[in-house]
Amino acid sequence: MSIDKNTVEKVARLARIRLEDDKAEQLAGDLNKILGMIAELNEVDTAGVEPMTGVIDMKLPEREDKITDGNNVDAVLLNAPEQTAGFFVVPKVVE
Amino acid sequence: MSNALIKGETGEWEIVIGLEVHAQCLSQSKLFSGASAVFGAAPNEHVSTVDAGFPGMLPVINGHCVSQAVKTGLGLNAKINLHSVFERKNYFYPDLPQGYQISQYQHPIVGEGEIEIDLPDGSTKVIGIERLHLEQDAGKSLHDQHPQKSFVDLNRSGNPLMEIVSKPDMRSADEAAAYVTKLRTILRYLGTCDGNMDEGSMRCDVNVSVRKPGDELGTRCEIKNVNSVRFVHQAIEHEARRQVEVIEGGGEIKQETRLFDTKSGTTRSMRSKEDAHDYRYFPDPDLLPLVLEQSFVDAINDNLPELPDAKKKRFIGDLGLTPYDAGVLVAEKERAYFYEFAVKGRDGKLVANWLLTELWGALNKAEKTLSESPVSAEQLGGLVGLISDNTISGRIAKDVFAEMFATGKDAAVIVDEKGLKQVTDTGAIEKVIDEVLAANPDKVAEYKGGKDKLFGFFVGQVMKQSGGKANPGIVNELLKKKL
Repeated sequence: MSIDKNTVEKVARLARIRLEDDKAEQLAGDLNKILGMIAELNEVDTAGVEPMTGVIDMKLPEREDKITDGNNVDAVLLNAPEQTAGFFVVPKVVE
Repeated sequence: MSNALIKGETGEWEIVIGLEVHAQCLSQSKLFSGASAVFGAAPNEHVSTVDAGFPGMLPVINGHCVSQAVKTGLGLNAKINLHSVFERKNYFYPDLPQGYQISQYQHPIVGEGEIEIDLPDGSTKVIGIERLHLEQDAGKSLHDQHPQKSFVDLNRSGNPLMEIVSKPDMRSADEAAAYVTKLRTILRYLGTCDGNMDEGSMRCDVNVSVRKPGDELGTRCEIKNVNSVRFVHQAIEHEARRQVEVIEGGGEIKQETRLFDTKSGTTRSMRSKEDAHDYRYFPDPDLLPLVLEQSFVDAINDNLPELPDAKKKRFIGDLGLTPYDAGVLVAEKERAYFYEFAVKGRDGKLVANWLLTELWGALNKAEKTLSESPVSAEQLGGLVGLISDNTISGRIAKDVFAEMFATGKDAAVIVDEKGLKQVTDTGAIEKVIDEVLAANPDKVAEYKGGKDKLFGFFVGQVMKQSGGKANPGIVNELLKKKL
């Protein structure tokens, strides 16, 4: 797999990361080196091996269905750049 | 009837429809946080720091929601996957504070299944279910409160949703409407979703394409957030016609997301950027795979309630109802339960008639729902019991019913108080018959001269004289003898 300048720009756009004009070319090179290194892992035969999801053998912990949180509007809105009547207020986004 | 073909200028077109239904899983708290998942609160009151996407907050799954998803899967006759995986669906929008939605993608909790839908002409059709997966809901943006700003309420953020994806098995707007209706009924029987479309507990995305019958599938368009059965119907009719017009006009259908405008009944393009659908799913590193024991699934399966199709079959087979009446009764869980309570020890057909005509009519007139009925299921059963054992006639029963509806009293009490007991004493009835015959010598002569139709006149007169209380069977029998 090889990454070109266009792919880097697209991924940056999707992730909302701003790139300086000359950065994309350089990043494409860096990323290709990283991917090349990781690609070496493909040489290992993993047929029949379950993917490992953690180093400790444990189950997904579950919660009881109880209301234990919420009713904390002030804290939730504390970092909001703008708020009105309990709402977050953001620049208009409408399709 | 179900394949409703569209007549175009170049011949007939077939509509192909698949539906994605987002059903909010009935629970107290959210899928991954302890904030309330109940509808109706002031803005941002039902929000924890997990739902607001604060840094470092970790999701912990609500075990009840897992049970609800499995229960729903079983109710849809679907395969339950003992191993499923939560993934991140990445996109940016102000009402999605995490920057991703926790969903399931390659390994959903429920796989393929099927349900049977009931069509307007009385026929049924099997519709395949592709999958059901668990995911978080997003918050809500209000765009109409301010000229330059949008307001964001995160109360819905993190609510547990079951996304139920059908196979593209539907061929008309009627079938799609029947599918949504049936799915809603099943979810309500299961108690896994309240099915309240007004409050957004069930929302549909509709995939529509058209093709010449027998051709390959056409390019589809997805219509987002169609939130009532009626709108599903309208949106499909309009979208299918639009696509036929585009193709016949020499154009091509672009795969795109469209919005349904409820005011005009039309759909329009959302004009999204082309890479808006590049969600870059990957397994959520905050959540281990969800692994279920077969015994857990079996225990849920053993406790499934009787579902509408099974109930309908039983109503027809054991209680002698017509398929139509049985269908109407099972369509709403409350109605079916009311009927089952009223019919205990009573005549099935008679109870169905009284429930679906008299009680139904009275409730509609009074603008009340079944749960607000002044006549309880037990009381309705009591009234039918009095008819069946000949204590009162069907005619008197209507008066008794009106009184019950007005006062909430038991039928037996009203019959006692007003002395409405049916007269079955042949001597007393004979006396009335004699009086009627004596008062109408000319009619008697006509009847004897061959005018058979007058028999009804005599029955009517005798019933009238007795204040409606004479047993009609005995009146008929005695009159025949006397004439």
